[in-house]
Amino acid sequence: MSVDRLIAASLCGFAKLLTGVRALWLGSEPLARTRVYFANHRSHGDFVLIWASLPPALRQRTRPVAGADYWLTSPLRRFLINRVFRGVTIDRRPERHGPNPVEQMGAALQAGDSLILFPEGTRNLGEGLLPFKSGLYHLACAHPEAELVPVWIENLGRVMPKGSVIPVPLLCTLTFGPPLSPLQGENRADFLARARDALLALAPPPD
Amino acid sequence: MDTNHDLITVFGGIFALLAVASLIGAGLKWRLSPATAHPVIDNLNTRIKAWWAMILLIGAAIWAGKGGVIALFAFISFQSLREFISLTHTRLGDHRALLWVFFVFLPLQYTLIAIDWYGLFAILIPVYGFLLLPISSSLGADTTRFLERAAKVQWGLMICVYCLSHVPALLTLDIPGYAGRNALLVVFLVLTVQSSDVFQYVWGKLLGRHRLSPAISPSKTVEGLVGGVLSSTAVGAALWWITPFTPLQAGLIALVVNIMGFFGGFVLSAIKRDRGVKDWGAMIEGHGGMLDRVDSISFSAPIFFHIVRYWWV
Repeated sequence: MSVDRLIAASLCGFAKLLTGVRALWLGSEPLARTRVYFANHRSHGDFVLIWASLPPALRQRTRPVAGADYWLTSPLRRFLINRVFRGVTIDRRPERHGPNPVEQMGAALQAGDSLILFPEGTRNLGEGLLPFKSGLYHLACAHPEAELVPVWIENLGRVMPKGSVIPVPLLCTLTFGPPLSPLQGENRADFLARARDALLALAPPPD
Repeated sequence: MDTNHDLITVFGGIFALLAVASLIGAGLKWRLSPATAHPVIDNLNTRIKAWWAMILLIGAAIWAGKGGVIALFAFISFQSLREFISLTHTRLGDHRALLWVFFVFLPLQYTLIAIDWYGLFAILIPVYGFLLLPISSSLGADTTRFLERAAKVQWGLMICVYCLSHVPALLTLDIPGYAGRNALLVVFLVLTVQSSDVFQYVWGKLLGRHRLSPAISPSKTVEGLVGGVLSSTAVGAALWWITPFTPLQAGLIALVVNIMGFFGGFVLSAIKRDRGVKDWGAMIEGHGGMLDRVDSISFSAPIFFHIVRYWWV
């Protein structure tokens, strides 16, 4: 086993131990298909948790989509995102000059990999969900063969909220919902609203 | 009156009962549905398997001595508190208070048992936790449902840490004529209360007709409650020889802790229903979470502790 894989396996083990994570597959199964897992985003650990709760065979073919402005700023982060997680790093700035993020993600799907995507575009520090960015829609239109699977991450934002150093050892639950895809003639706003509702439907009832 | 001899007798008896239960479970499976899944029998068998593991763990802790029992219950508290707070709504502003709960109050409470400082043990959480935790939360500068959040954190700490810590605290009581035998009090309490849960389950499955309170717990029946409490009160009375009590006293005390234990499960069921879940977690196969298993102990342990402390110390 290579060093990268060893580090990946131990990070997954640590994440599972810390959060006691439980994966509930309600309406979808952990199958080796080309998929875009889209989830709510509260913490930098979000994709690690999704990644860790996939069966190892699926994990190796699943790549997180991550913001270049955060993940490429230090040698350690660069090593983790490029080598350990094999992330697709995208430039989130509107004035970017580099490659188009949707094309970058599409290339990964074309190569047979699955993606982990946070369509809110940034970490949400409040309740519920922020409005979705349009990337999910463009990706879904360009790759109708990919299944879009909503994943609700419960509690990780409370384990390690933004700005805290010590995690609270709460138990996290991931709920994988039924896959969806754009309907014939559905416009962008309608599709994004439907995807957002599908994700919110997996959240536990508000207190 | 050799403590080790009594412990071996009691645990030998429990293992014999578990062996019988395992045989009955295997027999039912073989007779009724050898090839296909049967929800009730399969659940019964996973429950029996989990009992083996739990009894072995308690046995090992007692065999290791006071430190072992304290460590076991500290772990049970930790896991229960995790389950409780995970299902409870708190906000960002509570993060620091939660760190205090997990990393200061929980270890400190059990350390106080280890160093035998009863005065602080009795007030650490109800007084100091009660005052300091909302101060910590208030520094988070978030007033949304503040009282509710502070109450939930305090409640979780009381149920999962303060109440449960009274089980290992039994080891610190100086009972005249009972020196060196306190571990047997732990066995008496845990066995009485847990057997009550088992008997309620068994009587409920065999005779249960009248639902007790469908709104709170769909599986609890009047027949299960009465049969369970009476059966395990008989178990308590029959265990008088490992306690400082007479048979009548042992029976009465068992009755009190069983009733408290029943309401422990009942109250925590009300919280689960309100949160829309069936179990607190998924740690113990067939039983749900840790808190599903120890809710009855949490409610009965402080009462049992104080009965013994008031009349026998």
